[in-house]
Amino acid sequence: MSEFKQTFNSSLGKKLIMALTGLFLCTFLIVHLGGNLLLFKHDDGYAFNVYANFLTHFPPIEVIAYILYLCIIVHAIYALVLTIANRKARPVGYAVTASDNATWQSKNMGLLGSILLLFIVIHMSDFWYRYKYTSSVHFMEYRTDLSSGVTQAVEFTPTSPDFENSVQTVNNFEIVRVKDLHARVQTSFSQLWYVIFYVIAMVAVSFHLKHGFQSAFRTLGWVHRKYTPIVEFIGTWLFAVIIPLGFALMPVVYYFTRS
Amino acid sequence: MSANGMNLTLKVWRQKNAQTAGKFVTYKAEGISPDMSFLEMLDVVNESLVHKGEDPIYFDHDCREGICGMCSLYINGHPHGPKRAITTCQLHMRSFHDGQTITIEPWRAAPFPVIKDLAVDRSAFDRIQQAGGYVSVNTGGVPDANEIAIPKVIADEAFNSATCIGCGACVAACKNASAMLFVSAKVSQLGMLPQGQPERYRRVQSMVAQMDEEGFGSCTNTGACEAECPKEISLTNISRMNNDYFSAKLFRQEELHGQSHGE
Repeated sequence: MSEFKQTFNSSLGKKLIMALTGLFLCTFLIVHLGGNLLLFKHDDGYAFNVYANFLTHFPPIEVIAYILYLCIIVHAIYALVLTIANRKARPVGYAVTASDNATWQSKNMGLLGSILLLFIVIHMSDFWYRYKYTSSVHFMEYRTDLSSGVTQAVEFTPTSPDFENSVQTVNNFEIVRVKDLHARVQTSFSQLWYVIFYVIAMVAVSFHLKHGFQSAFRTLGWVHRKYTPIVEFIGTWLFAVIIPLGFALMPVVYYFTRS
Repeated sequence: MSANGMNLTLKVWRQKNAQTAGKFVTYKAEGISPDMSFLEMLDVVNESLVHKGEDPIYFDHDCREGICGMCSLYINGHPHGPKRAITTCQLHMRSFHDGQTITIEPWRAAPFPVIKDLAVDRSAFDRIQQAGGYVSVNTGGVPDANEIAIPKVIADEAFNSATCIGCGACVAACKNASAMLFVSAKVSQLGMLPQGQPERYRRVQSMVAQMDEEGFGSCTNTGACEAECPKEISLTNISRMNNDYFSAKLFRQEELHGQSHGE
């Protein structure tokens, strides 16, 4: 077996892959939340739709997006492989087990991760897939009067089926034509079951990252008297509170105020 | 408690050998003194079993002073029972209450096959130790004491890791049956000291390879091992081992110019 294979097939090597892919997914969440905060702007989805158009048409971001999808798949597959190996290490279970020697989330990362994988599949098929590969997302035209700065939104039906987006300035009016993902968001977030599912998934994100973020650093071997408390602080407040709360607020706010 | 001591119900795992399936058998332990150790309580139960002509409960024990690492027992969901930082031989019956039901199981892990009843074969740990948990000391004149200066913090940390008695409670407690706490303690106790440097990176690779070979699970940093360890070995050891392992595998070029170390 080659040195490379030997390293990454060892139990520690597999954990290294889990840690690195997990941390990459964590950094993605920061960007994703930042961009999606545009949903809270009252501008008929102008900023959000332009942002979604940018994400899907800017080549460097597309490259990172494919690395991201790969990370999700690798993280899930390695989790499965490791879980099967771990189960094999204890073929006969205990009749009585203690619950007070470790946190609940640390013992249920597989359950939490499965909820998240299901969420990601539904989430991506609803937005990413529809946006990129179907014509079910319609177009919107945003007309900004450059002298007054007022933007008007009207529906737009492209004449060519290959139309993707356009920006032009005509008679001191800036006309931006992009796919209206915002309307899709509104439709999804007006369904109660969808909102509940999103909130449950964000609770799972919270618990998964409460353990996962600091655990990744431990796996990498980064334990330090000074920096470990900082890692735990970031893992708790940013990844287990602010980020899931921010995401969960989106469907909740849309359900109660915009539908 | 009655005047004649405590009365307890024991649910004990009985298994003839590694090949046969085991089952729980319920026994009554009557007139138990709260000052008895858990093992002495089992001795009393065994005495009555012998008198009745039954097979006594088989369990591991040796020094009964909390330092040999021989006693085990998974008691009511905890390796070495419900109290922190002690081995089963140091657990006293006053930690239980009169009339309590106590479930006693062996360590459960594929690399620790049951020998009989509550005793498991922990020679997997010996093989991991033999794979690299040593320093090569060549003979010669007696070195001067304190010839090699070791900072006190390092000496203390290495000593803390060296207090591991190899009982296997970490494996028993871990939901993945991972031996990482044991292996990392053994890697750390030598890797931190000057005497352990020459073999430091070869040691960690050999011991981890043997750990995987034995079929132990992998670490998910739950910290259950640290919480249940009778010697309070710190979870930091695992990160230290990972650090050494990844350094060895990814950043160090130990076998220069394609020469292997004489294998």
